[in-house]
Amino acid sequence: MLRLDPVRVEMPATAEEAVALLHQHQEGARLVAGGTDIVPNLKHNLLEPVVLVHLGRAQNALSGVQDDGDHLVIGAMTTLHDISVNPLVTAHCPALADAAHHVAGPQLRRMGTIGGNLCLDTRCLYYNQTYFWREALGFCLKKDGTQCHVVAGGKKCVAAASNDGATALLALGADLTILGPDGSRTLPLADFYVADGVRNTVLARDEMVTSVRVKKAGPHRREGFAKLRHREAIDYPMLSVAVALHVDDNDIVEAATLIVNALAARPKSVRLDFCVGKKWDAALDEDIAARAHKQCTPMTNICDDPGWRKDMVPVYVHKALRKARA
Amino acid sequence: MTEPKTVHAHGTTIEHSVERPHQGPGLGGRGRKVDGSQKATGRVLYADDIMLPGMLHCKIKRATRAHARIVDIDLSAALALDGVHAIITGQDLPTKYGIIPWTKDERALCKDKVRFIGDGVCAVAADTEELANLAVRKIKVTYEDLDPVLDTDTAAQTGDDERSKVNEKAKRGNITKRVELSFGDVDKALAEADVVVDDVFQFQGTTHAAIEPHCAIGDYDVGRGMLTVISATQVPHYLHRDLAEVLGLPQNRIRVKQPPVGGAFGGKSEPFDLEFCVGQLSMITGRPVKCLYTREEVFYAHRGRHPMRMHFQAGAKKDGTVCAVKSHIDIDGGAYASFGMITAYYAGQLLTGPVGMQNYAFTSTRYYTNKPACGPKRGHGSVQPRFAFEIQLDMLAERLGMDPMALRKKNFVGEGQKTVNGQQIGSSGLHECLDAVAKASDWANRYGKLPRGRGLGVATSMYISGTNYPIYPNDMPQSGVQVALDRSGRVRIFSGASDIGQGSDSVLAQICAEELGVDIDSVQVVSGDTDLCPVDLGAYSSRVTLMMGHAALEACRTVREKVQSALAAFWNRDEAAHKVTGGQCTPTDVALEGGRAWYLNDTSLAVSVTDAFRIAEAHWGTVGATGGYRTKERGGEYRGGTIGSSPAYSCTAHVADVEVCEQTGRILVHKIWVAHDCGRALNPVLVEGQMEGSTYMGFAEVALEEMLYGANAVRQGMLVGPSLLDYRIPTTLDTPAIEALIVEKPDPNGPYGAKEAGEGPLHSTIPAVANAIYDAVGVRLFELPFTPHKVRQALAQQAQAAEKAA
Repeated sequence: MLRLDPVRVEMPATAEEAVALLHQHQEGARLVAGGTDIVPNLKHNLLEPVVLVHLGRAQNALSGVQDDGDHLVIGAMTTLHDISVNPLVTAHCPALADAAHHVAGPQLRRMGTIGGNLCLDTRCLYYNQTYFWREALGFCLKKDGTQCHVVAGGKKCVAAASNDGATALLALGADLTILGPDGSRTLPLADFYVADGVRNTVLARDEMVTSVRVKKAGPHRREGFAKLRHREAIDYPMLSVAVALHVDDNDIVEAATLIVNALAARPKSVRLDFCVGKKWDAALDEDIAARAHKQCTPMTNICDDPGWRKDMVPVYVHKALRKARA
Repeated sequence: MTEPKTVHAHGTTIEHSVERPHQGPGLGGRGRKVDGSQKATGRVLYADDIMLPGMLHCKIKRATRAHARIVDIDLSAALALDGVHAIITGQDLPTKYGIIPWTKDERALCKDKVRFIGDGVCAVAADTEELANLAVRKIKVTYEDLDPVLDTDTAAQTGDDERSKVNEKAKRGNITKRVELSFGDVDKALAEADVVVDDVFQFQGTTHAAIEPHCAIGDYDVGRGMLTVISATQVPHYLHRDLAEVLGLPQNRIRVKQPPVGGAFGGKSEPFDLEFCVGQLSMITGRPVKCLYTREEVFYAHRGRHPMRMHFQAGAKKDGTVCAVKSHIDIDGGAYASFGMITAYYAGQLLTGPVGMQNYAFTSTRYYTNKPACGPKRGHGSVQPRFAFEIQLDMLAERLGMDPMALRKKNFVGEGQKTVNGQQIGSSGLHECLDAVAKASDWANRYGKLPRGRGLGVATSMYISGTNYPIYPNDMPQSGVQVALDRSGRVRIFSGASDIGQGSDSVLAQICAEELGVDIDSVQVVSGDTDLCPVDLGAYSSRVTLMMGHAALEACRTVREKVQSALAAFWNRDEAAHKVTGGQCTPTDVALEGGRAWYLNDTSLAVSVTDAFRIAEAHWGTVGATGGYRTKERGGEYRGGTIGSSPAYSCTAHVADVEVCEQTGRILVHKIWVAHDCGRALNPVLVEGQMEGSTYMGFAEVALEEMLYGANAVRQGMLVGPSLLDYRIPTTLDTPAIEALIVEKPDPNGPYGAKEAGEGPLHSTIPAVANAIYDAVGVRLFELPFTPHKVRQALAQQAQAAEKAA
């Protein structure tokens, strides 16, 4: 089997100690939470850290879901499994619970954390492979090479964000708490991702996400999540869709967010301004799905069949909307 | 039942009121596997679990080019690493080998050129696996690119010059083997047919995806000059032979041990580079050397299902008689021949039953290409044409207005008959299999009558129970078994057969228990070790139960007769027993059943089997026997007529219940019923396991699995995603309900009537699903796998055609 190259592992007891280690080693350090993304990536020689900062000892302090009035605060080390079954999350942010439940398989959900999911490295057919395979390919511009195999002549990496947690939390308008050497800061998740497949977040090398704050649904938010994947378990999304509609008592839309993920480095926010003031009915669903279809353009970064994936965008938007209505 | 009182070899205590059990514990029972609890509790040591003192680790440097000449190999940086003990290249092991003696076309490591991305170039032995990996990275190989040949069309037009000849073993161009056979006058019959169908089918390449990766340990005993190779193989005997040839050791200085294997499915049925490399590296270093493939290397070792493009024409008469079938098949073989010569034959030879045809012709050509070599995967060579033929049968039935089951029954080649290509059918339960799946699926009320989007489909197939000829011509048994009795009451049975999870050890133990009347836990099976066991040719071609079974039967019955005659003599002699037998006990009056030996004329006279064994040992001395099986010469009287001829043929029918989502193109298989005639189910649980596993594997090939290669210039010859994340096998959530229905039509050539069950039940899964899709939405799909994209395209074409017609 694939082996991990020897690497030093530090196990700080607190988030502050972890950040201090990150600050000390900068590019040479990588954070390990559940390890479900980074371990295979290390085995593929996609990262070459000098030190791994393992958060195992800090997990308890960084885990759990707190009820904070009209918000939930979720520790970054809360596992995806715990989120998927947490009564507060299933009651107040059902799309997030659903998204967490759709990540990978049971074993991986019990290891993988929401913080790790939000910070997931982007994925590509030409990147998530062994060193041998990538060498035979001639490498790619995300790692060790200069050429993009998805976009001929492309100079910008288009590896895809593949985190279902991000899809749901973006739709729900979550904020992140980020700890750095100079203390904590709060950042809207919407400002967290950038359109660069090499590194698709604004997180500095010496920062870590410590918690996520997300508004409870309340009586006027309707939300739904849907995921297209090859199999009913294990697979990363080919499309990850989350929708949140704020409607008044008469089903008139006050605000609407639709996120489609797994297209490119940054989760796609489909503009739904046109919905505001309209009645949420089947016709509006059609319009939303059509708008998404128009705005989303899958590439060959994660699957060889972008045409079919594009056709599936409205189907899965409808699916998410059906869940929101239910 | 009360236990008789103590009985012992020195005298007999008569116990009345003991009833003899009806049947021994061995046969036909739903007993668990003899190794089941060991596997469940983690006691089993697979090859990679074995650690020997001082063991080194081997990794193999693999080619990053699809087709290139090796210009230079620079080992200096790797050899300079502390802890690297030896590195070998193709120069060190120049002898060619190959599973088929006529196509020895590969080397343990490439000598002059590489033929696919992943071909082995050098092998390193180092203190740790990590260090071996580092050394592999430090080896610099300089290549000069040649022309890669990546598909059969290109292969058909190239190979006449060095730049485009994939493998120098090809006599003409890039052809491994072409087979052209004709039975009757197929063109005339096609011309005279009332209905003719004519289509091109494409079967994708798929691989075995056994969960245990290949692993081997070489252990050279310098003092004795004796090499032991422990390997996760299905063919210890062939490995033994090829190791001797390539490493230049006499066969009697090599021992091959096969530990329990974690799945094989044909993917471990020939020697692989790692086995030679660990042997050679151990001989160089004098230390044990282990090599464990990564999952990616398993994909490169491959030997999986051949991609085939198949042009099929089939004609039928108004009454449903299939009068002609003609096929032209191009087979994409990859870089080496493997079993390819046989594949080219099987692609045509195994299609002629259980649904026969009056006239038949096929041309099949296997080409070399610059990709990992294809070989035998469960249902070797015949799963692909079966897919094409069974769809065409469905089409013919529709054109004729016949039920597709009725059409199949109409053309049944049954018991005692010969197929059009001369294969002798023993038993065949086609009717019973069809009836079983029809009943279970409520075919009469549901086929053709479900609302659009839901449908049923049927398909059938047959398969061999071993081949009549061994891979290398010889007059020795294809399977040998030795049995030895122990005065403790245990029985040891030695067989070279390989238990790869299919349960051959359990079958051996069951036969032994049945014949000697012992409980199954008193049987010690010793298998898969060339030093300890007589030769069995290996776990392939669905041959083991039939051939090993016969050998075991012969050995066990010889031993049983010894026990019977010793006991008869004893009971005539012993004072107490004599009162019962009157000195008239003959060997056949003695029965070994239920842990005891019984006097059949008066079952109050009985001893434990242990005592019976002691009496026999006292009578004969140490008691043991051998048994062997060799097929009688069978098959058609023409060149190639023996290939595909088998002592017995199994028979299968599938019905699939499928829903098609027209919006996404996804097919949702609700349920598959599989009926399989295995002759006699020696252990129904094992048979059902094989039926379910085969059907699962077939379903995987319909829905998901595909060996995809990069098409553009940069990715030429690169396997897309050689991992179990990108090569997707169905999870439990994706797998349909499968119901296995055993049909038993005992075959005169099978042990207790048994035939194969391991491969046949895969074949018709695939066309059954295809035919169900047609029943559901009226589209025919000719290209596997049936991805949602392809299904939607077919539906779109259907809609366009309907629009045009309107």
